[in-house]
Amino acid sequence: MSDVYIVGVDMIKFGRFPDRTVPDLAAEAALLALDDAGLTIKDMQALYCGNLGQASGMVGQRLLAEIGQTGIPVTNVANACATGATAFRDGWMAIKAGVYDLVLAVGVEQMGKGLLGGGGAVSTEGLIGSGTMPAMFAQIGMEHTRKWGTTFEQFAKVSVKNHHHSTMNPKSMYRVETPLEQVMQSEMISYPNTKLMCSVNVDGSAAAVLASEATVKRLGLMDRAVKIRTSVMSSNPFEERQMAMPDFTVATRLAAKWAYESAGVGPEDLNLVELHDCFATAEIVHYENLGLCADGEAGRMIDEGATALGGRIPVNVSGGLLSKGHPLGATGIANIYEVATHLRGSAGQRQVEGARLGLTHVVGGGPGMGTACAIHILEKV
Amino acid sequence: MADDTKTKAPPLTPFIKTTAEGEHYLSGSRCQACNEIFVGERTVCAACCARGKMAAVRLADTGKVYAYTIVERSFPGVKTPFVDVTVDLDDGAHIKGTLEGIEPVMAAIKFDMPVKVAFREAVPINTPGQPYLTYVFVPA
Repeated sequence: MSDVYIVGVDMIKFGRFPDRTVPDLAAEAALLALDDAGLTIKDMQALYCGNLGQASGMVGQRLLAEIGQTGIPVTNVANACATGATAFRDGWMAIKAGVYDLVLAVGVEQMGKGLLGGGGAVSTEGLIGSGTMPAMFAQIGMEHTRKWGTTFEQFAKVSVKNHHHSTMNPKSMYRVETPLEQVMQSEMISYPNTKLMCSVNVDGSAAAVLASEATVKRLGLMDRAVKIRTSVMSSNPFEERQMAMPDFTVATRLAAKWAYESAGVGPEDLNLVELHDCFATAEIVHYENLGLCADGEAGRMIDEGATALGGRIPVNVSGGLLSKGHPLGATGIANIYEVATHLRGSAGQRQVEGARLGLTHVVGGGPGMGTACAIHILEKV
Repeated sequence: MADDTKTKAPPLTPFIKTTAEGEHYLSGSRCQACNEIFVGERTVCAACCARGKMAAVRLADTGKVYAYTIVERSFPGVKTPFVDVTVDLDDGAHIKGTLEGIEPVMAAIKFDMPVKVAFREAVPINTPGQPYLTYVFVPA
């Protein structure tokens, strides 16, 4: 099986674009990624398009209607917060399988403001606990507190760090420093997550052009290529408490195990990580889930600054979902854009010096739904 | 918070059951192959994948708080704050719910505090005028 490379990748600056359409947002990222590769839509053999909000709306075909209808096969993908990464991985698999040599993967989302979660015919909100995402991830944080004594302040430090990182990212929704007191004193949504510890609902899109090794060489694109060292996904394996409390830990640990095994590397080999910080509490638990530190060490890790730019293993130098924003279907490819940009040495002010190996992680799901987790390990060529 | 045994309100979730005598309880299933216990009725075991081994059970009505949060902001129309808990029932089942009968402040709630199941009528935010029978937890 051929190795697969990213030869073009980009994202739009995340923001709120209520007057634009989903295909229009998708088209902008697709053209940016194609331009980055120096290719056109006519070169693409297939399109994998991730979107949640219009999952039944054939967004991929509507995207092609905006940028060129070449008749290529389109696969529309919806998989919670792993939607974009799933589309990307479908493209990777198609090249691995030898079916195509050159494909386009796009993730896009247009979101409103407000809390996510709930749904269903008769609302149980407030009566059978809460189905809101902040409450769900509040309990996940409290479980960490229960096991390891993690404090409100430690969770809040994640948000301070990621907001700081975002000041160096021109594509971030917000680029504002948020000191610890401000994070801790902002509106409490569900303890311990304050408003500044919740990811930002934004509109956004990101896209990547994937190619087989032979194609990269034939087109002379190796100088801009980033190698996809591994691509894995998992769903939530059975865990006894997950029907009461959606589980993002077991699925992440399973995907991480497979990712490190298949890539032949360990967490100690990574130079940077973009992980799914949908809430500040989530980032803390994923330090351990991804093996960036031992179980119980995540609180200390944030205290010591190990995951800040310049630290032992910088995490979410893009600003993360907490500040860059979290357009659900786009997030998985936006994370890949971030890591690939560092591996190319073109991340500017926030560049992780000497980055050779990076990991992206997204995990999504909800009450009574289950979990989708995707991990990619990318390598400098 | 006395149980209302006269209610005609439909259950808010299918695993709230009522006996012929009007007594409410939470129903579950236990796998006779691996002994895993689930909230609600099911036919295949999600833990060991066994088929045809599920036995209907009446879930325990007491348990302990495993994790909790105070929900200060919820969807429009939902009264806040309220206490959102994950409870480990004493028979091994795990279930989420609202903890009532306690001040909704973090200091009032402790990990592993004992709770019991109670039932009451409540009106969901999107069914004005239509009450449903729900379960809640109260301090034991």
